[in-house]
Order: sequence, then C-alpha cells, then structure tokens
Amino acid sequence: MTTSEAIDLTGTKRNPAFSDSLTPAGHKLRTCIQCGTCTASCPSAEAMDISPRQMWRMVNLGLEDEVLHSKTMWLCSVCYQCHVRCPRGIPLTETIAKLKQLAIQTRIKEWRESTNFYHVFADVMRRYGHMREMEFMARYFLTTNPFAAMQFTGMALAMLSRGKIRPEIPKLGGEGRLDRLFNRVAELEGRK
Amino acid sequence: MTYLFYPGCSMDASALEYKTSMLAVFKTLGAEVQELKDWTCCGASVAPVMSDLLGLALPARNLALAEQNGERELLVGCSACYTNFLRVAQAAANPATLARINQALEVENVTYHGRIRARHMLEVLATDYGKDAIAALVKRPLKGLKIAPYYGCQTVRPYASYDDGQHPTSMVGLIEALGATVQHHLHEATCCGTALLTTKPHVGFEIVAQILNAASSADCIAAVCPMCHLNLDSYQDKASMVLGKPVKVPVLFLPQLIGLAFGLPQSDLMLQREVVPVDSVLAKLPA
Repeated sequence: MTTSEAIDLTGTKRNPAFSDSLTPAGHKLRTCIQCGTCTASCPSAEAMDISPRQMWRMVNLGLEDEVLHSKTMWLCSVCYQCHVRCPRGIPLTETIAKLKQLAIQTRIKEWRESTNFYHVFADVMRRYGHMREMEFMARYFLTTNPFAAMQFTGMALAMLSRGKIRPEIPKLGGEGRLDRLFNRVAELEGRK
Repeated sequence: MTYLFYPGCSMDASALEYKTSMLAVFKTLGAEVQELKDWTCCGASVAPVMSDLLGLALPARNLALAEQNGERELLVGCSACYTNFLRVAQAAANPATLARINQALEVENVTYHGRIRARHMLEVLATDYGKDAIAALVKRPLKGLKIAPYYGCQTVRPYASYDDGQHPTSMVGLIEALGATVQHHLHEATCCGTALLTTKPHVGFEIVAQILNAASSADCIAAVCPMCHLNLDSYQDKASMVLGKPVKVPVLFLPQLIGLAFGLPQSDLMLQREVVPVDSVLAKLPA
C-alpha cells in the first residue's frame, strides 16, 4: 500500500471494538492524530507492509483481519521509541504486544518465522525456568526453516569456540520448572 | 553498600563475561553483591505476547523472591529484565492487577507486594558511585582510547528515570573517569534489532550495520545489555556485507572496560570471549 492509496471500506468486514479490545490501553488509540511520529521513529518501518501510522488508523477503523494478517507487528523489535515519542502518550509498544498476542491466539498462519519464535521460547522457558540459547536456536530453526540456519553457522561456531554457547542435553520428559505457574496462569485466564 | 542481584538468563550464559566483570568491578568498589536464589526467567519480550498474566507473573515471581529478604532494591544488568521488572511494578500499582498476579503466584508459594525497585547496573554505577568514585580506583588509565557508548533501547526507555530515554548521557562520566575519550555517534540509543536478527535477519542485519557504521570511528563500543552486545559483536561479517565495506569494531561490556582501567586480572574480564577480538583495544593502551 502506498500512502496515497485510498481504502474503499464499502462492504469491508469491520470490528468497531477492535482498538478497545487491545487492553489495557487500546482505547487510547482513539486519540491518535495520525501525525506519523511512530513511523518516523521506527527502526524497521521500511520493511513493513503497512506503516505503524497506517496500522493504528486501520485498528481504529476496525480492520481487524487486515491488521492481524499484516507483517508489521512482527517487525517491531520492542524498542519503545514510538511509545515514548507519541505526542498523545499512547503506549504503542505494549499495544503491539497485545496485537501479537491476538494474532497468535487466533492462529494466524503467516509469519511463522516470527510466531514460532514465541512458541519455542515460551516452551524452553517453561521447561527449564531459564533460557537455553543453543537448544532454543536449534529447535527454532528445525521447526521453522532449517535452511535459514545456514547463514548463522559461522556465528554459532564462533560462539561455541569462545564458550559463549554450550551444548546441553535436552530434558524432554518430566515436570518442567515453570509448569505449575504456566498452568495456573492458563487456568486463571480460562484457557484450561 | 550491599545489593541483591538478579542476573537473568543471558548473564549466566552467552554474556557470562558481563556478569563476571560486573561482579569484579562492584567488589573493587567495595560493594557486596549477593545473587538472588532460585531466580527464573523474567519472560523477556515473549511472555507478554503469550498471555497478559504470564507477562506479569514471570517477572513478579522474581520480585516476590527478592522482597522476601526485606530488600527494597534489585540490581539488574540485562535491560530486557530491567524493563520487565519496571513494567510489572507499574502495573501492580493497580490493586486488582496485583491481586491477580498473586493469585497466579500462589502455586510458587510467594507473594509480590510491589515494594521492590529494579535498578540497572548502569544506573547504580552512575548514581551510587559516579565519575569520581570510579576515577579514584583507576590504576591503568585508558588514555587515547576512543569509546563509543551504546545504550540501546530498554536500558533507558520507557521506564528508566535515571537518564534521558532518547539522549542518554549516563555513560559519559564513567568513560571519562577511565581516562578514555567518549566518541559520540548518532545511534547511541537506537535499537539493536533484538530478535529480528533471528526472525527477520535481513532487517536485523541492516539495523546492526547502521549502528556499527556510526560507531566505527571509535576504538571500541561500550555495551550495557547482553542482547545489544550479542547483536553488535556477533554479526559484524553480515553488517560488512550490508555496508559493502569491512566493519570491525570490538564490543565490550562497560564493566570489562572499567575492569581494564582498574587493572583487574583477565579471569575477571574474560576478554577472549568476544567474537570480534579485542587485541586492537589492548594494543592501544599504554603498557
């Protein structure tokens, strides 16, 4: 989409409560003045299919499907630059986390290279109570795109040889260190 | 002074040299640092995406443990952990949110009261000690060394109150105290790309390339976050490809540089762990 391209909303499915559903601060998006400070502040805006400014407008218009299928949120590196610069004081970065959450919960199929990162990371965390970098990277690439791992082999070898990462035997069975807490949270959120 | 310390996952693994040098520097400063027992992952930027409550409960579990000793402050070196702890403290100011966090924490037999405050290692060095206290312990001034400060993002925003979120300066006095020169550049508080280096490598490499390019006139970069350090140190070959010219600038953790100036032994500094060799930095120093 280019900035000059108008969107015809006739007959488009819209969810008027979309911004309000992005709790806790999504309702503040209603005050967005479309100044574009978020886009100008974003280190990865150029790689996005819709710019942050456009995305927030689309959220306010209730274009839930279009926003949830866009790759824009997955290019957010959580640097909080738009968040601190927003003249309306809208906590944009934390609202993007909520968008990612919705996309994952509604099982959006695209951008698996990003969504899988969260699934594998959360699983390693649950199992060991802390990150195991090598196991995480190995599982992430094996379940996402093994060929993409090729461009990281040089870096991985450099880190191995300096003892920065170390192979550890995965613990596959038994109770995970944070199983209880993860299960309790799921229970309280009505997911179990 | 005594500090309770939360290392977090990275400082115990890929960034072990950060933890080791930080502990050695604090010891030299006369501080007593005690590691929090039974800590677990803060959830990074992943937990809040998996669930609202998980994003609160994982950091809160550690804060609750830290509160058990009656501590009012928790020393943190990783900027992502630091931001998570401050985010949860802010959310827990709402009694309903605090109650819900504690409902979750029941299974871990801990209660979070929202009393403890996380403090970044940089904040503690800059405000509890400061330029003069550091300078007084320098045995081997880093004369002639140009150091580019790199704060990254979550070290200073959005919750940090000890420095400016967009134009931070807290490293300036510390670097000058070592006898080195501060090499300012345009990307001191730019994001390092974090997980994009893994999930969207071509976007991540471009971000890292721009930062390294901006800082490349320095002899080395000073980092204060394991994620920033990993991205800037480990992908310089990719950044060189993006820039179409070789870029090679050693990236050290700030406490490694302070330790060098304090004359601390190699076992405390672990300089051999950096992907980009630090020989060029050592060669610049007066014998």
